[in-house]
Amino acid sequence: MAISRVARVGAIAAISALALTACSTGGTDAPAAGGDCAPSDGPVTLTFTSWLPGVEEAVAIWNEENPDIQVEVQTGPNGNGGTYQNFFNQLEAGNAPDLGQIEFDAMPNFRVQDGLENIAACEGILEAEDQFVPWTWSQVTFGEENAVYAIPQDTGPMAMFYRADLFEQAGIPVPTTWEEYEAAAAQIRELGGYINNFSQSDINAFAGLVWQAGGQWFSNDADGWTVDLTGAETTQVAEYWQGLIDNDLVAVYPPWTDEWNAAYNSSEIWTWVSAVWGANTIASGAPDTAGNWAVAPMPQWEAGASAAGNWGGSTTAVLKGSDHPYEAAQFALWLNTDADALTAMNRTANIYPATIEGANLPVFGEGVEFYGGQNIYEVFAEAGNNVDPNFTWGPTMTQVYNDVADGFSAAVTGSGTLLEALTAGQASTIAALKAAAIPVKE
Amino acid sequence: MSVTTETRALRTQEAAKRPARDGGIRESAISRTIAMAVMIVATLYFLTPLWWLVVASSKTREDFTTTNPLWFADFALFDNIAALVQYRDGVFLQWLANSALYAGVGAALATLIAAMAGYAIAKYAFRGRETLFNIILGGVLVPATALALPLFLLFSQAGATNTIWAVLLPSLVSPFGVYLSRIYAAASVPDEIIEAARIDGAGEVRTFFTVATRLMAPALVTIFLFQFVAIWNNFFLPLIMLRDEGLFPVTLGLYVWNTQVSQIPDIRALVVIGSLLSIIPLIVTFLALQRFWQSGLANGGLK
Repeated sequence: MAISRVARVGAIAAISALALTACSTGGTDAPAAGGDCAPSDGPVTLTFTSWLPGVEEAVAIWNEENPDIQVEVQTGPNGNGGTYQNFFNQLEAGNAPDLGQIEFDAMPNFRVQDGLENIAACEGILEAEDQFVPWTWSQVTFGEENAVYAIPQDTGPMAMFYRADLFEQAGIPVPTTWEEYEAAAAQIRELGGYINNFSQSDINAFAGLVWQAGGQWFSNDADGWTVDLTGAETTQVAEYWQGLIDNDLVAVYPPWTDEWNAAYNSSEIWTWVSAVWGANTIASGAPDTAGNWAVAPMPQWEAGASAAGNWGGSTTAVLKGSDHPYEAAQFALWLNTDADALTAMNRTANIYPATIEGANLPVFGEGVEFYGGQNIYEVFAEAGNNVDPNFTWGPTMTQVYNDVADGFSAAVTGSGTLLEALTAGQASTIAALKAAAIPVKE
Repeated sequence: MSVTTETRALRTQEAAKRPARDGGIRESAISRTIAMAVMIVATLYFLTPLWWLVVASSKTREDFTTTNPLWFADFALFDNIAALVQYRDGVFLQWLANSALYAGVGAALATLIAAMAGYAIAKYAFRGRETLFNIILGGVLVPATALALPLFLLFSQAGATNTIWAVLLPSLVSPFGVYLSRIYAAASVPDEIIEAARIDGAGEVRTFFTVATRLMAPALVTIFLFQFVAIWNNFFLPLIMLRDEGLFPVTLGLYVWNTQVSQIPDIRALVVIGSLLSIIPLIVTFLALQRFWQSGLANGGLK
C-alpha cells in the first residue's frame, strides 16, 4: 500500500512534466496530413463519444445498414462539462475514441493540440462541402487547403423570440433594428416589464451578438494568433447593452435559473434574442405563455440589413490516432447528412442540422403551436444563411468564457462595465495563450 | 463491544455528575438564547436545500417553475419517480446499483485492508514501522482529485479504463482508515489477549479475525461509513475513467443529465427527483450505523 502511494506521488510529478512538454509542442507544427485514407480490411468497430441525448437511435440505423462497420456509443457530460478534458486525457494516453462530438468553439483548441485527424483525403469528404450551410464548413477546415477536420452536425442560428400578444396590446411595433429595440425597451419599462434579460454568464451568446455585428475575436496566420476582444464592433455591442443595463431597461437575472424562467413565465420579460434551440427552453420554462410567442429576425445595426449571429452547434470529429479514419469519416458524414439520422437526432435531442437540406426535413415544415402556429424554422433557416462565415473561435474559449463571465457578473451588479470585462478578458486570454506556448501577436 | 458499552456507561455517569460538581457555573438565559438562535439558523441553512429538493421532487413539470419553490403544489412525486425509472430503459436504476456496488464492495474491502494494515502497524514491531506509518499518514493529505488523472494514465497503460475496476480498485485505499485502525487497535486490543490467543494455539491470521476485529468493531464501522460516503459521493474519478453509460455511478449519471438541460429542458425534473432518490441510500446507511459511528468516533478521540 505504502509503495503504491509513493509510486502515485511520483506519477503526479511525471504527469506534470508530461503536460508541460505536451503544451510546448502544441500549436507550432501543422503537418499537412490527409495524404491517404484507405478502407480497413475486414469488419471494424468504432467508438463514438457524444453527449447528445438519444444519439444511440440514429447510430442504430447505421449499425443495421453497415454490419461491417459497427459504431459503439459512449457518453459523458457536455464538452465544457468534462468531455473535452477527457478527450485530451485520452489523446495523451492513446485511448481516445475514434469519433467525438466537438462544438465549433472548441475546434481550434483541438486543432492546436493536434487532436484531430485530417479526413480530407477520405472518399466523398471534400465533395460534401456543398451540402452544408456555408459558414459551418469554414469552421471545420480553418481555411486550410485540402483539410477537413470534422463534419458539421448542428447549428444555432439566432433570431428574436418575442411576445407577439404583448407587443400588439401595447401598440409597440416589433423592432427590426437595435435602435428601435432600445426605444421599445423604454416603452416596455414604463409598462413595468423588461424587453430582455442580459445574460451575465452566456458569453457565447454575447459572442453571437458580436458575430452578427461583424466583429472578430480571433484570427490566426502563420505568425500566430491575434486576440481582439475589444474591437470596434465588440465595443459597439458592449456599449449598447451597457446602456440598457445602466438605464434599467433589461433584467439581469442569472440565466437558466428558476427566477429566470419565472420572469418569462409571468410575462415580465418580452423578448429573448437566442438560438433556434431556445424554442424548447421557452416552451419548457414558461408554459403559461403558450401560444403567445412569435419569432422574428434579429434586430439589425443597419436598417434593411439581414445579418444573423450563431450561438452553439457542434461537429463530429475523427480524433487523432483512430485506427480506422476511413470508416470513421464515412460514419460522421452519414450521421450528419442522412435524413433519417437527422430526424432521429432532432426528435431525441432537438438538434437543428448543419446541412442545407436539413432545413427541409418534414419536422421543420410545420407550424409550432407554442408560437401561435408560426413556422418559426423558416426564420431560423434564413438566419443560418446570413451568418458571417469568417468568424473564428480561439484556442482557449473555455478560459475566455470564464474570465469574461467573471467581469460580466460584476458589471450587471454595477461594479465595472462590460467593456472593462472584455478588456480584462483580452489581457488574460493573451496570457493564457502564452502560458500554453501558443504563438500570439500583441 | 463490551468495551464500548462500558465507556459509554462511564461517560453517561460523568455527564450526570457534572452539573452537581460545577454547580456554580450556570449558563445565562441570554447565552442560551443566542446559542439556540445560532443552532436554529444553522439547522435552517442545512435543511432548506433538502426541503426544496423534497418539495421540487413532488411537483409536476409545469408547477415546478410557476409555483412557490418552498411549498407543495399538485402532488406528483410518484409520477415523477415512474418517469425517472422509465427514462432510457431504467438506466437510473442501473446507476443506483452501480453506486451500491462501488460503495458497498469498495468500502467493505477498504475497511478490511485498513484494519489489517492498522493492526499490523500497531501490534507488530518491525524496522521502518514508523516511517511506513508516516508515509501512509501523508496519504491523508493528498486529495483524491489530484490522483484521478495519474490513475487514469496508469489504468490506460493496463487497458483497464472504462471498466468496473477503474473505479473499484482506487476505492480500496483508505489512508485515514489505516490511521484510525492503528490508533484504535493500540488502545482497544490488549497485548495480553493476543498473547493468550497465541498460547491457545491460534495463528496470527486467526487471532486477527476472531479476536482483534471484534475489539476493533466500532472503528471498523466508522471506517466503513467514511469510505462508503466517500465512494458514493466520488464523482471526479468516474468522470475521468468511465465512458460507458452502463457503468456510471449515480452521481456522474445525474451530472451528465444536468448538462443536457439546454437540449432537453424536461430532463431537469428527472435530475431533481433523481437527486432526491440518490441520497436516500446514504441516509439509510447513516441511520443504520450511526450508533456505532458516534461511539467509534468518541472512543477514537478519547484515547
